[in-house]
Amino acid sequence: MEYRLVDLKPGETGKIKGISGSINNKRRLTAMGIVQGKEITVEMIAPMGDPRIYSVLGYRLSMRNEDAQTISVVRT
Amino acid sequence: MNKIKDEFIADPKNGGSPIKKKITVVLVGNPNCGKTTLLNRLTHSKESVGNYPRVTVTLARKSCVHDGLHIELIDTPGIYALTSQSGEERETREFIHSGQADIIVNVLDAGNLERSLFLTSQLIEMGLPMLFVLNMSDEAHSRQLTIDHHGLSSMLGGPVYESIATRGEGIKALLDGMVHMHRQKVSPEPVFLPYDAHLERAVEKVQRLVFELHPGSFDHNQSRWLAIKLLEGDDQILVQEGEHAHLLEMVHRQRYDLARDHGEECEFLFAAARYGFVHGMVTEAVHAPKTATGFLDWTNRLDRIFLHRFLGIPLLLGLLWIMFQSTFSLGEIPMGWIEAGVGWISATVASHIPAGLVHDLVIDGIIAGVGGTLVFLPNIIILFFFMALFSETGYLARAAFLMDRSMHAFGLHGKALIPLIMGFGCNVPAVMATRTIEDHRSRMITILVSPFMLCSARLPVFILFAGAFFGEQAGLMVLLMYFLSIVIAMVAAVVLNRLILRRDENPFVMELPPYRLPTLRAVMIHMGDRVAGFLQKVAGVILVGSIVIWYLQAFPRHEILNHDYDAEIARFQHMPEAVMYHETINALKMKKSQEELEQSYLGRIAQAIAPVFSPLHFTWKDTVAVLTGFVAKEVVVASYAVLYAQNDGVKERSESLRRALSTTMTPWEAFTFMVFALLYAPCLGTIATIRKEAGGWIWAGYSVVFSLTLAYSLSLSVIWIGGMVS
Ligand SMILES: Nc1nc2c(ncn2[C@@H]2O[C@H](COP(=O)(O)OP(=O)(O)OP(=O)(O)O)[C@@H](O)[C@H]2O)c(=O)[nH]1
Ligand SMILES: [Mg+2]
Repeated sequence: MEYRLVDLKPGETGKIKGISGSINNKRRLTAMGIVQGKEITVEMIAPMGDPRIYSVLGYRLSMRNEDAQTISVVRT
Repeated sequence: MNKIKDEFIADPKNGGSPIKKKITVVLVGNPNCGKTTLLNRLTHSKESVGNYPRVTVTLARKSCVHDGLHIELIDTPGIYALTSQSGEERETREFIHSGQADIIVNVLDAGNLERSLFLTSQLIEMGLPMLFVLNMSDEAHSRQLTIDHHGLSSMLGGPVYESIATRGEGIKALLDGMVHMHRQKVSPEPVFLPYDAHLERAVEKVQRLVFELHPGSFDHNQSRWLAIKLLEGDDQILVQEGEHAHLLEMVHRQRYDLARDHGEECEFLFAAARYGFVHGMVTEAVHAPKTATGFLDWTNRLDRIFLHRFLGIPLLLGLLWIMFQSTFSLGEIPMGWIEAGVGWISATVASHIPAGLVHDLVIDGIIAGVGGTLVFLPNIIILFFFMALFSETGYLARAAFLMDRSMHAFGLHGKALIPLIMGFGCNVPAVMATRTIEDHRSRMITILVSPFMLCSARLPVFILFAGAFFGEQAGLMVLLMYFLSIVIAMVAAVVLNRLILRRDENPFVMELPPYRLPTLRAVMIHMGDRVAGFLQKVAGVILVGSIVIWYLQAFPRHEILNHDYDAEIARFQHMPEAVMYHETINALKMKKSQEELEQSYLGRIAQAIAPVFSPLHFTWKDTVAVLTGFVAKEVVVASYAVLYAQNDGVKERSESLRRALSTTMTPWEAFTFMVFALLYAPCLGTIATIRKEAGGWIWAGYSVVFSLTLAYSLSLSVIWIGGMVS
């Protein structure tokens, strides 16, 4: 079942399927390890629900929901 | 000629062919992997570090001599990939591509190898001499990661070292490694990343054409690298090859075909291949324990508190409150000592210099101005101590995360928070730090609003005024000014967004580093830098400013006054029985100095400008203070100190300036002045930085006009409201 990364709840992990959106967006995410096949977990949520903290490749990054919207994942 | 002779010496072992005596080594790596800490250790420098990504925003050159070899080391802003777009990242990339470096030292975060190695996979293809440093190996150890250096070294095609930059471990071995690499002149092993057949075919085709177009100038590796870069769509290389329309057309076709066949743009096919290669390397060389990572436990636990959904923001505000409050109240104590010290020096010096011009210059000019500013040193030290703690622990990155949404609402980029908080310290590095904001418009907004943050240079003005006019509530008033500075910066951001600049957002993806215990060294560097900066200002612009103001006020000397006050005073002094004797004399003295002042250069200047500020109820002394503050905000306080020392005989420093001031304005007028001082025009240093960073006088001018307008209209409203209320 394919989801957007924003749809995952805290504690849930997904496998990255792909990134849509602008090339710049994609470049930046790719450089930081958001690439097809990697597992990504939702760790924490900011006070107003946006942005959220994810862990990927063993480190943590924060990302806005509008950017997480561009990433498709499958639940694992 | 001399320079060349210096750089090259004949090497006997090398058959007399000259080898360089001086080499350039560049440190390259992900943001926050410890490059600057390493550079500081390698070259005994004191560059700013911090536990958040993108501390370094410009190249820094330092040098050292090791084993007879002069090594110039270049620290670069961190990058995650060579395709990076923002200003400071491009600087790194351009330096790497410029070919100025003899050796590249790729700094890797040993606890974060898989991500770090992506950049490495791009670097090793360049075929330049490279060293690899597994920094933060203490953290890797505490996570029980074992890394096979030999394995990694043979896969990367270069020697691998280990270091703990914060403790200075592994520094000598690394320096030895650089020297060794240089002396051995081992030509680097080309590393060929395994791409799939489709990509390889495209690379080969492009490579062949590159070879033909640049006959004799590239070897196999270089042309292959160029081909890969072209296919990856590296804009810098595409521009560089712009004249070869034929080549570009071919590249374009290949990219198009590959994208069509794979359903993915070409550059991401390469990226996927790189990650595959990296993953293979990590699987082979890194052995992690099966059980969870003990080291990150702390970060997890702390984040659960500091990033709590409901507690997070109150905690952030509380921490800022503690910072501001301690800056003010803890600073009071040593401030008293310094005041007493300055008073003592003043008295001692005064008793040794005979009355006259020199006496006045030293006591009323230099000691008053410099001493009056120096008393705020403790406040500045405390403020920067807290700032250092915030940035060194990793909390600053968390603050940016917590506030991102709110910043967004004000039309600021989430990344703007770090420059804004830095603005509490000094606006100059704050403006520099906006480099990390990619989007031009968001960056310009941040540049324009960051000077509104109450910097440490303005702090003395508010401490002085709050103490003079608000007695018990002084601490609260200083806090209120901080609050005001934040609110105004936010409102200004909204206004700028609406009026001038359209928003165009970029992704806000930020690495959150683990919490780290601040090292004493890093905190000292951070504070030392700022304190030294402050002292430099005291010894420079404030000293000069004090003398100039003293001069302008004391001269011209022998003007004829309208009235012979001295004679009249003398007359009164000869009538001991006169009623109200003292008051009359004092009134006469006041009148005399008043008239002297009006005739002084300063009085004339101030009178010319006074009409501008009279709606704000500024006295001519306030006007002078405001004018001098254009140079640097610290001078405002020094000006007051000199102005009052000279005319009102404020000799013993302690408390007296406050007392002298307190009679000159009503609290509302004082508050008006504080608002004006908070907002009006950035200091010269900030203006120059804005010009440089924003790329033109227009922006600097814009900043000045904008802030002056805002300062004036807001102060006017304050005095107006004050008039209504009281
Ligand atoms: N535990 C540990 N911490 C380190 C080590 N090296 C650096 N640090 C810390 O890591 C943080 C980042 O260090 P910097 O030197 O600022 O990193 P940088 O690579 O220059 O970062 P940018 O300038 O942002 O690209 C600082 O808080 C350092 O104190 C290390 O070997 N071990
Ligand atoms: Mg750095």
